Amino acid sequence: MSAFTEDMLKSMAKVEATRAQRLHASIERFTAEEKDELLKEFHPDYSSKGFKVLEVGPNKGQKVPVELAQLLEGKSRLQDVELDLEKVDYDVDVLVIGGGGAGASAALEAHNGGANVLVVTKLRMGDANTMMAEGGIQAADKGNDSPAQHYLDAFGGGHYKNIPELLEELVTNGPLAIDWLSKLGVMFDKEQDGTMVTTHGGGTSRKRMHACADYTGAEIMRVLRDEVQNRGIPVLEFSPAVELLLDEEGKTAGAVLWDFDAQEYKVVRAKCVIMATGGAGRLHYQGFPTSNHYGATADGLVMAYRAGAPLIYADAIQYHPTGVAYPAQIYGALVTEKVRSIGAQLVNSEGEIFMHPLETRDVAAASIIRECTARGKGVKALDGVALWLDTPLIEMLHGEGTIAKRIPGMLRMYAKFGIDLRKEPILIYPTLHYQNGGILIDKDAETKLPGLFVAGEAVGGIHGTNRLMGNSLLDIIVFGRIAGTKAAEAAKSVKLGKLSLEHVRRYAEEEKAAGVQGELSPKLLPVYTHGRDVR
Amino acid sequence: MEEMVTVYLLGKKYSVPATLTIMDAMEYAGFKLVRGCGCRSGFCGACAVIYRLKGSTELKVVLSCQTKVEEGMCVGKIDSFPLNKRTFNIEEIKASDNIVGQLYPEIFSCIGCNACTKGCPQGLNVMQYIAYAQRGEYEKAAHASFDCVGCNICASRCPAQISHSAVGLLCRRLTGKYIAPKCEHLAQRVAEIENGDYVTLLEKLKNMPLDEIKDLYNKREIEK
Repeated sequence: MSAFTEDMLKSMAKVEATRAQRLHASIERFTAEEKDELLKEFHPDYSSKGFKVLEVGPNKGQKVPVELAQLLEGKSRLQDVELDLEKVDYDVDVLVIGGGGAGASAALEAHNGGANVLVVTKLRMGDANTMMAEGGIQAADKGNDSPAQHYLDAFGGGHYKNIPELLEELVTNGPLAIDWLSKLGVMFDKEQDGTMVTTHGGGTSRKRMHACADYTGAEIMRVLRDEVQNRGIPVLEFSPAVELLLDEEGKTAGAVLWDFDAQEYKVVRAKCVIMATGGAGRLHYQGFPTSNHYGATADGLVMAYRAGAPLIYADAIQYHPTGVAYPAQIYGALVTEKVRSIGAQLVNSEGEIFMHPLETRDVAAASIIRECTARGKGVKALDGVALWLDTPLIEMLHGEGTIAKRIPGMLRMYAKFGIDLRKEPILIYPTLHYQNGGILIDKDAETKLPGLFVAGEAVGGIHGTNRLMGNSLLDIIVFGRIAGTKAAEAAKSVKLGKLSLEHVRRYAEEEKAAGVQGELSPKLLPVYTHGRDVR
Repeated sequence: MEEMVTVYLLGKKYSVPATLTIMDAMEYAGFKLVRGCGCRSGFCGACAVIYRLKGSTELKVVLSCQTKVEEGMCVGKIDSFPLNKRTFNIEEIKASDNIVGQLYPEIFSCIGCNACTKGCPQGLNVMQYIAYAQRGEYEKAAHASFDCVGCNICASRCPAQISHSAVGLLCRRLTGKYIAPKCEHLAQRVAEIENGDYVTLLEKLKNMPLDEIKDLYNKREIEK
């Protein structure tokens, strides 16, 4: 019995009928004007009702997603808590908040720099979007490529909004990051002679996407985590930070943690703090499903913002063009861009190709939404509409066995629910994937708040308003390492005063004066009931 | 009307929609998950659960985010597994001298029961990669264990008390660092960057007027 519905099978027959003629079809890319128009009309970032203008804090007057505003203008978990800040539970040089790829890289470099490091994380070490990054990591390390070419691709892809100094760090340190990871034992896909196997991603002009099959992020994460353990760096799991601590002069001085198991608060004093808390997919902006990790609730943005660190491009959200639209069990999960990198095409309900498969993510997502809405050429799937990603093309182009070798994770994910993507196309629709913006940093990864560093998805500015595939696995390593190195250096000369939560009290007053009162924040974890009514 | 099934989650009886995964069924029932929930896509290994169908003797261990509920499922959780990972200095060890056997001597206690392989939710041939590790064939062990998500279901079932995922990871790190062929173009590019070869070019791009760089972007040649 097929896993697809009858209507889906009818449309699938049309996809099969046109497959041979599409196989070697050359497809025009959109012009700059077509892209602009497509984005304005169909990208969710241009929807006015999805956003709210902030009324308090450093970005007052700017718009952010409604769901994020609820938290940024929310109530501190510590507002009504009596906490003795003289009783310090952990006293360290560098506190790393977050146990993903950026946090782990930062911890390793801070440890290298001689600092006494503590990592705290909401779930387990390695529970992060890093672990789920499938497709690859960009770095300009081949003869026909250069960091300058990489800069140009990312700058254009980011709509020329990237902060030049940050982008320069990213591309210049790219090959160094690959080298560092290789020397730690990450298994990149290579030819017999050691040449890296690299492919295109959306918006790249050179094939610079390095991969470890379609477990690239997982492979990087498990090696980094293993190395953190080898170095004996202490990690507190299930202990999310809920507020930053400042000292009397307003310097960053640590954080208050919530111990999920003990249901108690803990006080960490730290000379420098590295915020590596990741993204926000679990806030489900505009009702979109997400490819993100369970813990992606923008906690770091909330804590840093409340302490006075400005955000940048917090209204630029990345919808990954190809999220799973069917079956229900993996709804919203990621279908890696690599599937298109190695030959799959996007096809509508009539079996027609309607765009080049490797446009940048924002353009691709907008184009898919247009096909499904304005043009009415979607396939009905669950509660919405979807399009086909024609995966059988991959083995027609590159031979039998390619899918098992290059995208085994995808093959397995679908096989569990009775779909063989070597033989059948799959149904996709955009899914909430990445926050392009975040906390503003300088090229040393430091924020406007002295002693507060940020790395990973919590950072804004590196990618402008649209990140290219493979540039976030790169940024977590590059800026994680920079943050770790710089924080360890800075910690040597920091003299902390008395710990204080005065900034939290002041922020609450500002909220009261403005008449805003959002939700309890940071959110920590989403709540799901899967359609059950809750009293 | 939605089709429902009866399941027993941590010993309590619930009626849940038949389309849900075990993880979703727990949330449907009202559990607020903290432990035992991670990427929700089968990549992180956080959500191993143990179950048997009511009345059956057979126990199964699966990832709860990747497994649909079935009528009569009695589900318990494995929230944390005490893996016996050994520490080592990656710069000092070599991919020879039986290094994996030295760090993990229990791999030689494998009795060949194959319970590890039968339990693997990724469908890996776990016993085979342990055998490769025993024989010092680390590259083979690395590739055979590559898709491991570290759920440690294998280790929970092993009578020889092997920490399989840690053995696989060590083999992969040895392979990535020492056994895989060195990449010459990477070494060359790293040397160029450390020499400052791209500073001038990037400086030029950083300071280029917007119209000029837009033109450069739109007209850039794309590798076939």
